[in-house]
Amino acid sequence: MSTAGEAIQDHDHDHEHHDHKATGVTRWLFTTNHKDIGSLYLWFSFIMFLVGGAMAMVIRAELFQPGLQLVDPHFFNQMTTVHGLIMVFGAVMPAFTGLANWMIPMMIGAPDMALPRMNNWSFWILPFAFAILLGSLFMEGGGPAFGWTFYAPLSTTYSSDSTALFVFSVHIMGISSIMGAINVIVTIMNMRAPGMSYMKMPLFVWTWFITAFLLIAVMPVLAGAVTMVLTDKYFGTSFFDAAGGGDPVMFQHIFWFFGHPEVYIMILPSFGIISAIIPAFTRKPLFGYASMVYATAAIAVLSFLVWAHHMFTTGMPVFAELFFMYCTMLIAVPTGVKIFNWVATMWRGSMTFETPMLFALAFVILFTIGGFSGLMLAITPVDFQYHDTYFVVAHFHYVLVTGAIFSIMAAAYYWLPKWTGNMYDETLAKWHFWLSLISVNVLFFPMHFAGLAGMPRRIPDYALQFADINQIVSIGGFAFGLTQLMFLWIVIKCCRGGEKALAKPWDGAEGLEWTVPSPAPYHTFETPPEIK
Amino acid sequence: MKTRLILALTALFSSSALAESQLNLTRGVTDISSRVYDLHMTIFYICCVIGVVVFGAMFWSMFVHRRSKGAKPATFHENVKVEIVWTVVPFLILIGMAIPATTTLIAMEDTSDADVTVQVTGSQWKWHYKYFDNEVEYFSLLATRQDQINNRLDKGENYLLEVDRPLVVPTGQKIRFLITSDDVIHSWWVPDFAVKKDANPGFINEAWTRIDEPGIYRGQCAELCGKDHGFMPVVVIAKEPAEYEEWIAAEEERQLKAKEEEQRLMSMEMSMDELMDLGESVYLGSCAACHQANGEGVPGVFPALKGSDMALNDIPAHIDVVVNGASGTAMQAFGNQLSLRELAAVITYERNAWGNDTGERVQAADVNEYMNQ
Amino acid sequence: MTEQNTQRPDNGRIVKRLLVTVVCMFAFGFALVPLYDVFCDITGFNGRTKNEQAVVSAGEIDKSRVVRVQFITRNNKGMPWDFGPELKEVKVHPGETRVVNFLAHNRTPNNMVAQAIPSVAPGEAALYLNKTECFCFNQQPLQANSDTVMPMQFYLDPDIPEHITTLTLSYTLYDMTANATADVLAQMSSAE
Repeated sequence: MSTAGEAIQDHDHDHEHHDHKATGVTRWLFTTNHKDIGSLYLWFSFIMFLVGGAMAMVIRAELFQPGLQLVDPHFFNQMTTVHGLIMVFGAVMPAFTGLANWMIPMMIGAPDMALPRMNNWSFWILPFAFAILLGSLFMEGGGPAFGWTFYAPLSTTYSSDSTALFVFSVHIMGISSIMGAINVIVTIMNMRAPGMSYMKMPLFVWTWFITAFLLIAVMPVLAGAVTMVLTDKYFGTSFFDAAGGGDPVMFQHIFWFFGHPEVYIMILPSFGIISAIIPAFTRKPLFGYASMVYATAAIAVLSFLVWAHHMFTTGMPVFAELFFMYCTMLIAVPTGVKIFNWVATMWRGSMTFETPMLFALAFVILFTIGGFSGLMLAITPVDFQYHDTYFVVAHFHYVLVTGAIFSIMAAAYYWLPKWTGNMYDETLAKWHFWLSLISVNVLFFPMHFAGLAGMPRRIPDYALQFADINQIVSIGGFAFGLTQLMFLWIVIKCCRGGEKALAKPWDGAEGLEWTVPSPAPYHTFETPPEIK
Repeated sequence: MKTRLILALTALFSSSALAESQLNLTRGVTDISSRVYDLHMTIFYICCVIGVVVFGAMFWSMFVHRRSKGAKPATFHENVKVEIVWTVVPFLILIGMAIPATTTLIAMEDTSDADVTVQVTGSQWKWHYKYFDNEVEYFSLLATRQDQINNRLDKGENYLLEVDRPLVVPTGQKIRFLITSDDVIHSWWVPDFAVKKDANPGFINEAWTRIDEPGIYRGQCAELCGKDHGFMPVVVIAKEPAEYEEWIAAEEERQLKAKEEEQRLMSMEMSMDELMDLGESVYLGSCAACHQANGEGVPGVFPALKGSDMALNDIPAHIDVVVNGASGTAMQAFGNQLSLRELAAVITYERNAWGNDTGERVQAADVNEYMNQ
Repeated sequence: MTEQNTQRPDNGRIVKRLLVTVVCMFAFGFALVPLYDVFCDITGFNGRTKNEQAVVSAGEIDKSRVVRVQFITRNNKGMPWDFGPELKEVKVHPGETRVVNFLAHNRTPNNMVAQAIPSVAPGEAALYLNKTECFCFNQQPLQANSDTVMPMQFYLDPDIPEHITTLTLSYTLYDMTANATADVLAQMSSAE
């Protein structure tokens, strides 16, 4: 035990051994236990999902009919902006970090995360970041209203004074993500049980490993971008102001240099989850494990070469447009490999359709639909027509809601028995799935048509020909929003009791996490497991 | 709901509905836009075919390879041949898509040898058009009445897609647009031409079109540009070249006359009532979007005029900010957007409405004197 | 586990390396700013002309071709000068040097300083537009209520691609009175 990290861990583990766990608030405030922190992350992300969802309801209510009914356009813009920020940084990313905290140590046979104190910090600064962001909505002049992409100069010269708070809160979110990512990397590199070689790691661990490197690479660039916005607005620099020799389009280059890898940060862990669930309920090993790992790495590398496909209309020279179009199309190849591998895993399996599997299957189909619209968007000449319309809104909601969020729900149902020791209510869960599936498609599918017919995104009011489509979309939106309250109820019910879960409630499941009892004891794998 | 969706889907697939349909991309009225449309449909169909194959295989195994039907799991977990096939085949399909996409893109970016050049400038929240070869320039503002937006009046057929003065261009000629912005980033978009180009402040962008058929074509700003982003439509009227020539000559003369008329009227004193009437209508058209009809503005974003020090005490500063705008804010320079009479009237209105009862009148001559000092 | 650890770098070392990466990536975000400028200078990516004096034309004039050069001017908000080119457009042979005057009038009762920002469409053409003299290289002072003539001398590189038959040079004029450089202020006060 010569190393510093080991010493800390050793100390913690001694400490916790004696008084098991603290009770009440202090348990949660000072916890360094990966399972506690994982639960904190998951609950936090679910609360943020509901807050961001409430904002989506405001948006859909305003768009239910043409004309301005409920909110004024300035507030509408704040809703679209904060909805995006919360869903990206408050719901999807913390949910994945929560899953990483809970599952990665158990999957690689480690007693905890490598840096437990930092783990505590990386969670507890998050609520402050979002309190600041949400608080800015109540300032004079309102909260951020420039879209989650905060393009300069709308976010600099022309923004309200809450921009400083926005910048501050993004900085905190970034620091939290970076700390989380460092922890994941160190844990995976150093804490694997003997015999757990890299190519034996479950795909969820692999995809998170790659995601963590993406986070380390791009979150600091985001921090740089918001810092430049801050100095441009308050300290007289002109990074993005033509008058002082800057260029507003450069903002978009820097932002999307972060932004595109960020998109993969929000989907790669999903690939890992789906790669765990499909084999479990197919009772057949994952097809092409190695090619899955390579495909994930290929997607991560390519994600740094495609950022300007978000910017085709900014007036780039043809050679640049062609380069980014080709690179973007290329991403379809590794993504396709993944989907084919999942289908091949199902082929000649012995399938059952419990709720985690239903969400995973819905993920494969609907994420693929999102991939198709992504491929269409990659084609530059047609992108000129799709860009900044509801077609794009439909595309990224298919990828992020029926992609990332469906995978998170699949993960929650899959591992809830392990977390709580109880089975969730399968009947209610099936209702939750089917209602979500139908409503989410009523919500997002017609958006493709609205976009193709010419409805721009981020508008509070629209021309009459879009009225029918928007009404359908809004109804789908309300239904989807309400359905998620069912999920809250199912999880609470499961935490409180229910049919006791076996150590391995899914007969086809593979992995070390199923070798410990359910609920997983507060400390697991204090002696490393044997890996065959 | 679900049936409507299915109906919508069937409508999309039946080719007869495609032409009229509101559910698909427009074919547009230019050679480029129809090439874009064909490209869109080609890729859409390719995606459909891939979708049928992949989802077909998936549903097949979901129905056949299920435990309730007694399926026993196989144990295979890799097959190098198959994996190579499904890496190479998509790659080839992508190359097939990239070829037409590349040729179309190169054609779209060729702005050389234009017949007509129009400078398009976006600002919060209107478009300005200036013809390079003629002395014609004007602003184009949303014409939909506030009462329709606030649901006090029935909405018209072209609700939010109508402007007071559309851009007029000739058919059959190559029109080059030079696009830029006065404040934030906007994006000038007309779906029927497949033209969408960002307007970046301090930089100019180019786009072009050649319209085959005379008609009225409508579009919108496509880049979030602040509060009234949803309220700055684009309307373009394409006329036969002869008609266009007639129109532009008449317009040139009209603008010249208006300037002369303005000089002539300048010596005329306007009464308080005249100033207030004209001022109110100008205010509602040009100022109320930000400063609000009640003059109270939006705290922290758009300053209040009601009770403001400037509007009560400082006439020169008031004229200056209205005429030249304020750098680094959303306040635009109205000096070239409004006539001298309108400027005078709106300044007078702001100094006397909502309890700002200064009793002061600002006349066109005062504004003129300021602008030509 | 101890055995394993002897082969693995310790936590502190990995954390340090990762933190260094984080700091480097933060710096990289800022390094993108000069990198972007260099990239634009090489490729004409954003259509901005070089902000420095070009060497005088070698004199080799390609009489076989004519390129239309159009000029447009715009005022930023709050910029109360009258500003425009003497000629709306000129036709030049590649390699031929031309002078175009821009006229400015400060109609305020205050001394002011302006900066003109150039932009060229198509962006690619910016690479071939060489200015041997331009008012846009420096801030321009102008006394209250006075006029000035600002010359711009340029030639097109004879290598300009065949497909560029028209290029547009736009100047946007910004009020820089509050951010004037010391030279310009000295120049203005000596003129008084």
